[in-house]
Amino acid sequence: MSTAVTTPQEASANSLIAGQLPKYTPWATLLVSLGIAAGLLNSVGHFSITAVALSGIALFLVGMFALSSAVEGIRKAKDRLARQMVSLFFLVALIPLISLIAGVAVRGSERLDGKFFSYSMRNIVGEGGGAIHAVYGTLIITGIATLVSVPIGMLSAIFLVEYGRNGRLARSITFFVDVMTGIPSIVAGLFAYTVFSILFGPGTKTGLAGAAALSVLMIPTVVRSTEEMLRLVSNDLRESAYALGVPKWRTVLKVVLPTSIAGIITGMILAIARVIGETAPLLVTAGLTSSLNTNPINGPMTTLPVFVYYSYVTPGIPQEPYYARAWAGALTLILIVMGLNLIGRLVAWRFAPKSR
Amino acid sequence: MSKRIETKNLDIYYGKFHAVQNVNMTIEPRSVTAFIGSSGCGKSTVLRALNRMHEVINGAYVKGEVLLDGVNLYDKKVDPVRVRRQVGMVFQKPNPFPTMSIKENVLAGVRLNNARISGKQADELVESSLKGANLWNEVKDRLDNPGSGLSGGQQQRLVIARAIAVSPEVILMDEPCSALDPISTLAVEDLIQVLRDKYTVVIVTHNMQQAARVSDVTAFFNLEAQGKPGQLIEMGPTDKIFSNPEEKSTEDYITGRFG
Amino acid sequence: MSTTTQPSTGTAGGGSGDDHHEIIHSSKRFGERLFTQLTKGSGIGILVILAAVATFLVGLSIPALTADVKDLPYGNFWSYVAPFAFGTVWAAALAMVMAVPVSLGIALFISHYAPKRMAQTLGYIIDLLAAVPSVVFGLWGINTLAPAVRPLFLWLNENLGWIPLFSGAVSGTGRTVLTAAIVLAVMVLPIITAITREVFLQTPRLHEEASLALGATKWEMIRQAVIPFGMPGIISASMLGLGRALGETMAVAMVLSPDDVINFRVLTSQNPNTIASNIALSFPEAYGLGVNQLIATGLVLFIITLAVNMTARWVIARRSEFSGAN
Repeated sequence: MSTAVTTPQEASANSLIAGQLPKYTPWATLLVSLGIAAGLLNSVGHFSITAVALSGIALFLVGMFALSSAVEGIRKAKDRLARQMVSLFFLVALIPLISLIAGVAVRGSERLDGKFFSYSMRNIVGEGGGAIHAVYGTLIITGIATLVSVPIGMLSAIFLVEYGRNGRLARSITFFVDVMTGIPSIVAGLFAYTVFSILFGPGTKTGLAGAAALSVLMIPTVVRSTEEMLRLVSNDLRESAYALGVPKWRTVLKVVLPTSIAGIITGMILAIARVIGETAPLLVTAGLTSSLNTNPINGPMTTLPVFVYYSYVTPGIPQEPYYARAWAGALTLILIVMGLNLIGRLVAWRFAPKSR
Repeated sequence: MSKRIETKNLDIYYGKFHAVQNVNMTIEPRSVTAFIGSSGCGKSTVLRALNRMHEVINGAYVKGEVLLDGVNLYDKKVDPVRVRRQVGMVFQKPNPFPTMSIKENVLAGVRLNNARISGKQADELVESSLKGANLWNEVKDRLDNPGSGLSGGQQQRLVIARAIAVSPEVILMDEPCSALDPISTLAVEDLIQVLRDKYTVVIVTHNMQQAARVSDVTAFFNLEAQGKPGQLIEMGPTDKIFSNPEEKSTEDYITGRFG
Repeated sequence: MSTTTQPSTGTAGGGSGDDHHEIIHSSKRFGERLFTQLTKGSGIGILVILAAVATFLVGLSIPALTADVKDLPYGNFWSYVAPFAFGTVWAAALAMVMAVPVSLGIALFISHYAPKRMAQTLGYIIDLLAAVPSVVFGLWGINTLAPAVRPLFLWLNENLGWIPLFSGAVSGTGRTVLTAAIVLAVMVLPIITAITREVFLQTPRLHEEASLALGATKWEMIRQAVIPFGMPGIISASMLGLGRALGETMAVAMVLSPDDVINFRVLTSQNPNTIASNIALSFPEAYGLGVNQLIATGLVLFIITLAVNMTARWVIARRSEFSGAN
């Protein structure tokens, strides 16, 4: 081509060969940069690991960019910079994760003992006590929320995928499920609070109200995940069932659901994991008690997140035992949620390939 | 503006899988060379090795040499990015960038290297490239529409315009017509005839009539047996390969197809 | 009813017609009808629940707007909610400024830079962050993050104090709106990362190779093929994250030491509170019309998040002509 725009120097015979920095350059530059940063900061008297790391990395990025653009050209330099930034971002994101998990594990394990899971906070001041009432509360409230949300959510998803046919009702359900996904959890709590206040008198705080709030949060998640899984089932499968004369509803129950059940269960477990850590809606609906209450329709019920919150923000005197219980509660929560996530993944991984 | 390609003892691997064995060939400048052979015989793999696109796939690597006017593309000092500027490639399915207009698609490659290109220069380059790809008359009134709105054949020619806009030495085409209807195929084949005057063109095709129609030289690849690496069986002037091949397997393949 | 359009249900039974046909057929139709109505009813149930949420929130908010200012425990509603609305948007915006670039970086690292075998594990590790309950983030924010960032705040204030953002007296506890925003950023990071990672992984190989074959470097390929293709996904992921950041309650309630101000300074102890956090902090002590006022602030929050979600939808729909789907 004979256009004036293209770069003439590229036409030369050796144009394939570009300047290249030796492979060890990045590491060497990193070391040198850290060294310079440490030296400079030391001489100014501001030496700290964080400061050295931050300024060293900044120096490294600038240095590498300058080196690379001098030797390898600006495009390669940009390419390197992008790679380094992207890797850096990843490492940066690991810092809070590690610090959080390590912190909670260390401080939480202090009180994560038998007593923590066998005592409530009834008549406890200071040392001792436990969170058995909160564990029960969490299980009961989340359990009720699951029992309500899963059937509604699953059936709605079946309606959307199998019967809705993109009609007006299906479209509006899809739209409003989206809206519902965006409901802030505290708003769901306010809703449940107002409903129960109107039905059972102002200021009613019960486990059931908490479960209602969680259901509002859980239903859209269940609908979404089930819908996604049902849509993955190929139409051939449905049609081959219809061709055998199987009615539609039995096709759904006997063919479509079993095919996608692993994914649906995973979706459920992840939905449970999401709401089990909710604090705000339960704060306004289920209230706080220091005793074990297993009756969801009478009296306030404490859940683990609420227990953690109040132990930390309104400690008694001495404060230490309250803080220790808060951390132990936090650790328990993390363990529960991560356990649920793990089980969910395991179900998906273990059963998905076979259930084809 | 067109270079000779030679391969010397070229072996190509996908991880542990030995895909192509010991290819030695010379591709002359300003000619059209067709690679033919049954599916899985490694002809596309060889093509991709000619501009180091092969190594884009995870675990893929190459042994031996590919020389572009005497310079080994696989030399340690060679930058694959620069290789691909000189050795352009057109793929089986037309792949204009969906988020870009027709004009921006043509300029996509140039923009990479030459950020400050004036509006007038850009317009000229777009026009000459699209003319070079026999597409100008069809799209000149809608250069700002998305490239993905064109027909398959037009998209393929747009992609060719994009490739020639960076003034390559060589254009590699990997079954460029297999996703196109007969009329679009004809348009692309006509274009290949025009490109012959300026570039070294290498085309992989499944369609033997096409190879016979467009190419000067034909290279036939085959597998010894399933699971064995592919090999270059025979290479020669197209009319000779199609009328009087030296190897029996070439003749079997060609007569089998022409039936 | 929509089922009548299904061809197989109507005709399939007819082929093997015999004496039992009638019985089978009618029981079939009963089961079919029951099941259809059940699924349809559930779908309608969702609409009813949402309608109830809207009705109750609006109904109980009205007294807060119509009652005499003298009877309102928190005074005039609009001047009450204004600082919280500002704080909500401000904290979320700060969080997004930090979270979006980092999330995109992580997503790209996992999808295009990390070795394939490592990538999936890395994805799970980031997903773990999503699993951490917000109270735990709150605890971590007060105990670990706030003390850790204070030296950084002092440095910012000392060296960049001429920027209004970093001016003023640095908070002694580190529990400022910036700290809260960092916690929010960490919380929404896995959400944005998870979605954008999936989208980036779905970039058609064809487009990536087109770019590479033109002589693009990896980064140029990402800018030319991956980012444009993933743009709708990036936008919707960011909006989802923003929605989460706007509505997040506990982490902010625990980390922030709030004040009743509208203030852009991010390092001082005068921080605007967020709506959600204010509800959590004030609700236990609220009485009478105060409850209505808090519910009304909740409604404002709901409207803000709804507006964000709708904007995202609109943006994505508007870009569909140039979208990657073809």
